[in-house]
Amino acid sequence: MWAYVLRKLLYNIPVYFGIILLMMAALRVNDPVNNYLGKHPTPEQRLALEKDMGLDQPFIVQYVRFIVHIPLLDFGDSWKYEGTTVRERLIRAVPPSLSFTVPTLLAAAMISIVVSLVSAYYRGRPVDKTLMILAVLGMSVSYLVYIILGQFFGAFWPREAQWSLAPFAISGYEPWIGMKDVEGGGSAFFFSPTTWVTYCLLPVIVGVIVAMGYDTRFYRAVMVEECTRDYIITALAKGATKRKIMFVHMLKNALIPIVTRVMTTLPFLITGSILLEMFFNIPGMGKTLITAINDNDFPMIQGFVAVFAAVMILTIILTDVIYALVDPRVRLS
Amino acid sequence: MNAPTNSTAAPVLSVRNLTTSFRTDMGIVTAIDGVSFDLAAGETLGIVGESGCGKTVTSKSIMRLLPEHLTIYGPDSEVLFEGSDLMKANERTMRRVRGDKIAMIFQEPMTSLNPVFRIGWQLEEALKYHTDLNRSERRERAIEMLRLVEIPNPEHRVREYPHQLSGGMRQRVMIAIALCCEPSILIADEPTTALDVTIQAQILDLMASLKKKLNTAIMLITHDLGVIAQVCDRVLVMYAGRVIEDASVHDIFYRPQHPYTQALLESIPRSGGKERGKRLPTIEGMVPSLHELPSGCRFSERCRYCEDRCVQEEPDLLRAEDGRRVRCHFPLSTDRTAAARGET
Ligand SMILES: Nc1ncnc2c1ncn2[C@@H]1O[C@H](COP(=O)(O)OP(=O)(O)OP(=O)(O)O)[C@@H](O)[C@H]1O
Ligand code: SF4
Ligand SMILES: [Mg+2]
Repeated sequence: MWAYVLRKLLYNIPVYFGIILLMMAALRVNDPVNNYLGKHPTPEQRLALEKDMGLDQPFIVQYVRFIVHIPLLDFGDSWKYEGTTVRERLIRAVPPSLSFTVPTLLAAAMISIVVSLVSAYYRGRPVDKTLMILAVLGMSVSYLVYIILGQFFGAFWPREAQWSLAPFAISGYEPWIGMKDVEGGGSAFFFSPTTWVTYCLLPVIVGVIVAMGYDTRFYRAVMVEECTRDYIITALAKGATKRKIMFVHMLKNALIPIVTRVMTTLPFLITGSILLEMFFNIPGMGKTLITAINDNDFPMIQGFVAVFAAVMILTIILTDVIYALVDPRVRLS
Repeated sequence: MNAPTNSTAAPVLSVRNLTTSFRTDMGIVTAIDGVSFDLAAGETLGIVGESGCGKTVTSKSIMRLLPEHLTIYGPDSEVLFEGSDLMKANERTMRRVRGDKIAMIFQEPMTSLNPVFRIGWQLEEALKYHTDLNRSERRERAIEMLRLVEIPNPEHRVREYPHQLSGGMRQRVMIAIALCCEPSILIADEPTTALDVTIQAQILDLMASLKKKLNTAIMLITHDLGVIAQVCDRVLVMYAGRVIEDASVHDIFYRPQHPYTQALLESIPRSGGKERGKRLPTIEGMVPSLHELPSGCRFSERCRYCEDRCVQEEPDLLRAEDGRRVRCHFPLSTDRTAAARGET
């Protein structure tokens, strides 16, 4: 298996270089310096930025230099936020994104798998119909409606009503896990679940509701197909309970489509949901990218795309490996 | 071929008036209607009939494996097993019976095993539900069962997945799973139909030898009379949801009393003899749809002996003194059979 992974990685290196080439060329079609400085920059300003990113060099030199620096995530300094490197800003944006995307992804996957198993097993019956109506309702309502309702009833309204405990924050973001400087020097680990609830739970709930509508229906279709397989009746005839059949026999068979679906949503872990991060003011990857684009912060954009492309490629390789792990009929070669 | 088991021994299974209907988009259809029979301990009972006559529904009804919400059993249907009526048993009791007391194997060995679990796991699953054996004892028993069904190298096979085995091997695994708790009844629903002829014979031999070893009663469902002749003691012939004849294998083959049984026998290809090269006789006409069954005898539309009475009134399944049962107003006599044979 490791040989397979290694081979896949090697095959994908040229692909990755190609993506970087296209990305770098595209970002230079419109002069990035002009974009950032506006129409009439002074020659000194221009020169400073060009030198900073090596834009005065031939493209091939820039390209090779960029690629050489990727392993260290060395993408230069942010133009907008002087004195911070792109790497710093990217790394700083990861924990806020993960602190709500990981729970969202896990909860959405688990709940929708359970719901779809039950729904598929009792297909056509009242349980199934009720669950599916809920799923369609869930996905038909816009993200924004959930965000607005959630913020109103979860944050604004309790605060106005002077509840002693407002469950969620209206704005702002504080990290809930990490290292903190301590007075008198040094740093200490801190972890605060209540801070997480305040800042992350509401976006998680909204994310789960929206994702569940789609996921449940997709998984249900998969499970319904599994329900008609002969091995189900074999298991029943052996004396297996419905629960064993659903959660052992069917689930393991359905893992391939489940893995495919979960993996396609994996990049969401990194990018964060841009919408959620914007509305809940979470300084994650999504928000950082949008801000960088708005600011025409060229080094940030370039670095972000390079990282994102790498994550995508790794996800695809990981998907293959997981396939082989969950399905004995898949052989990596 | 053994002589029919003496009818004085108490049967292990008594099916009485088993009627199974389905809710469908076109209303309620009754797939089997008033099926009654006994299965004696250690007996091999064959059930034959054309496709759709209700063989599978009968066997799945006995184990209550049909989709609950779509299935309606007749109010006076009874499946008497070990002193209780399985029709009235709760789900828990049924689970204890399934796989332990009554086991079942199916037609499609390629799909009946779960593709993502190892052979050993699937064998041990039944043991986990029905025995107190611990993990290593279960593994031992699984290997022992694979050896019993003559799978070479069982220590190695338990770790393999179904796709690594041939169809015949998989059906052996299915048999091993079915027999691992030493059930008193094994229901085999067309266990060899999907296999090629040589493998078919091997599987049938295996079932016959295991039956002797474990004294399991077998209900063998098939539409192949050749298979019946090879392994069964007694035969139940079904037509359009009804039992139409019930007799020993010998009687069925040499003295059939129901015109449908006779027609079935005539449709068997016989090797050798003057019939070779002739077109295979098939039974003319079609099985009536369950939605529009004739009011009289269900076979009347295709029966060459049909009379007015047959169309007006459905015959009962009558038991003769010798224990044979036949559902026909004009059962065939030996002479008539011989005469009919001569004609074709
Ligand atoms: N779930 C169901 N819903 C509706 N009708 C059904 C259902 N299951 C079986 N039937 C009907 O019951 C009748 C008997 O089917 P069954 O499967 O018992 O036939 P069979 O004798 O086993 O035939 P085969 O030799 O093809 O296996 C068929 O007409 C079939 O259409
Ligand atoms: S009852 Fe009449 S129609 Fe039916 S099988 Fe007997 S002879 Fe034929
Ligand atoms: Mg069948």
